[in-house]
Amino acid sequence: MMATNTLDRTAKRLVLTVQDYSLFAYRALMDLFRPPVYWTDFLIQADIIGFGSLSIVVLTALSTGGVLALQSAATLSAFGAAAITGRFVSLTMIRELGPVLTGIMVSGRNASSMASELGSMVVTEQIDAMRALGVDPVRKLATPRIYATIFSLFFLTIVADACSILGGGLVTIFMNHQNGTQYFSMAWEHLRYPDILQGLVKPLFYGFILSSIGCFYGMRTTGGTEGVGRSTIQAVVTSSVLILFVDFFLTQVILVLFR
Amino acid sequence: MNETSTSALPDATLAANARPILAFRDVSIDFGGRPVLEEISFSVAPGETRILLGPAGVGKSVLLKLANGLLRPTQGNVCLFGQEISHMTEERLFALRTRTGMVFQEGALFDSLSVRDNVGYQLVQEQVPDDEIDRRVREELRFVELEETFDLFPGSLSGGMKRRVAIARALIHQPELLLYDSPTGGLDPVTSTTIIELIVKQRDVFRTPSLLVTHRLQDAFMLSTHRFDPALGRMVPLPKGETDPKTTYLMLEDGRLIFDGSLHELLHSQNAFVREFLR
Repeated sequence: MMATNTLDRTAKRLVLTVQDYSLFAYRALMDLFRPPVYWTDFLIQADIIGFGSLSIVVLTALSTGGVLALQSAATLSAFGAAAITGRFVSLTMIRELGPVLTGIMVSGRNASSMASELGSMVVTEQIDAMRALGVDPVRKLATPRIYATIFSLFFLTIVADACSILGGGLVTIFMNHQNGTQYFSMAWEHLRYPDILQGLVKPLFYGFILSSIGCFYGMRTTGGTEGVGRSTIQAVVTSSVLILFVDFFLTQVILVLFR
Repeated sequence: MNETSTSALPDATLAANARPILAFRDVSIDFGGRPVLEEISFSVAPGETRILLGPAGVGKSVLLKLANGLLRPTQGNVCLFGQEISHMTEERLFALRTRTGMVFQEGALFDSLSVRDNVGYQLVQEQVPDDEIDRRVREELRFVELEETFDLFPGSLSGGMKRRVAIARALIHQPELLLYDSPTGGLDPVTSTTIIELIVKQRDVFRTPSLLVTHRLQDAFMLSTHRFDPALGRMVPLPKGETDPKTTYLMLEDGRLIFDGSLHELLHSQNAFVREFLR
């Protein structure tokens, strides 16, 4: 009986959280189409999120591309197909790993910072102060962060794709001692527009997920500084898991659309 | 008027109460089923200063947040400037809140903004020209005697200075109602007196109606027994036996309003809790 009650309470809490999140995300998205729109905050956030995440995205992409080239060349050469390493790296990165890895890296850096920043503002009553001054905190704090993340992640993913192919190329040339021209031409020639398209659609979703989750958990922080820590963990874990989860369904849909 | 009747109002209030600035009618609120405030009724008339007393954790700050719609009552009505706000949309409330000024317990200054941007926050949002913002911010900082902090950040201010900056921020938009949440909480006696002097100055110079929450009797009584002397530029005691007629008291016990009246009535109350609290 007690177990049933606990299950019941947990299920209700989960449904309520999903409902609150949906309303929050809808409001934050729609606020872009009603004045006032805080464009300055959008630019500041785009700089913090986009330019600020550039170094970790470049490093992650370079090493992932390199590792992919190392691993795939070893496997492919067993079938006498080491020449298609470039094609393997570029397709894997552009269609799948580029957007997902960039999303997760940016989530680790920015969903956590959004949750902790907004959470600290909640526990020190700065959010209430903002409301008392007649300013909508969702419009002022969440909307610019969400759109700035969507915008930045799109370009960061392109950078990540380029860097990973470069990383794979460097490993192919200097460690696998294969032909660099062959690697890059294979990486380029077999790319089709649907591949690029799905690689560029995904970051739009992931950017929205990580920023809205980060802001949502930050805004509903309770329990002082300990609560801020809890919100930060929840934001990173939830956004990372959701990115992977949504990626699966998004890939399914895109594959059906471009079959 | 004395204790217990939560819906009754002091005579002074009733007289001036044709159109209260703020009115609570049978307001209750609970958090997760736990009642915090129950059937609270009182009002704040134009020009009136109401001091809400009660021990820590009794729901004073919650009541203050209900006053400008930061929290919604579970039942009952809150009327602000004649408008029922209990069910008002947040969008409409934002506009209404710009007519109030609120001083939070710890100041609640935006720590990433300078004192200038904190005090002028509303003006920045309204896209008032920079020169005009600078002028009005300096004016308010002069009122709280902190003009030298213009370019500083909240992190470099003391607790008392933060409260004074918070008062300046609450005043810059010339509010029609001021809400003070324990403005002297956690401050030393000297700094507390400075803050109370500012509140008395604001009250006597602008006569803005206000609701002030505190658990410090000394501060509460000082508001009744002192006035601001513009000639001397400081707070002076009223003649012995005189109190400010527009400054009245409310007291909470276990989420219920148990007293609503003047300082004289408070001091002569027969309510056991009031007597215990005053001791």
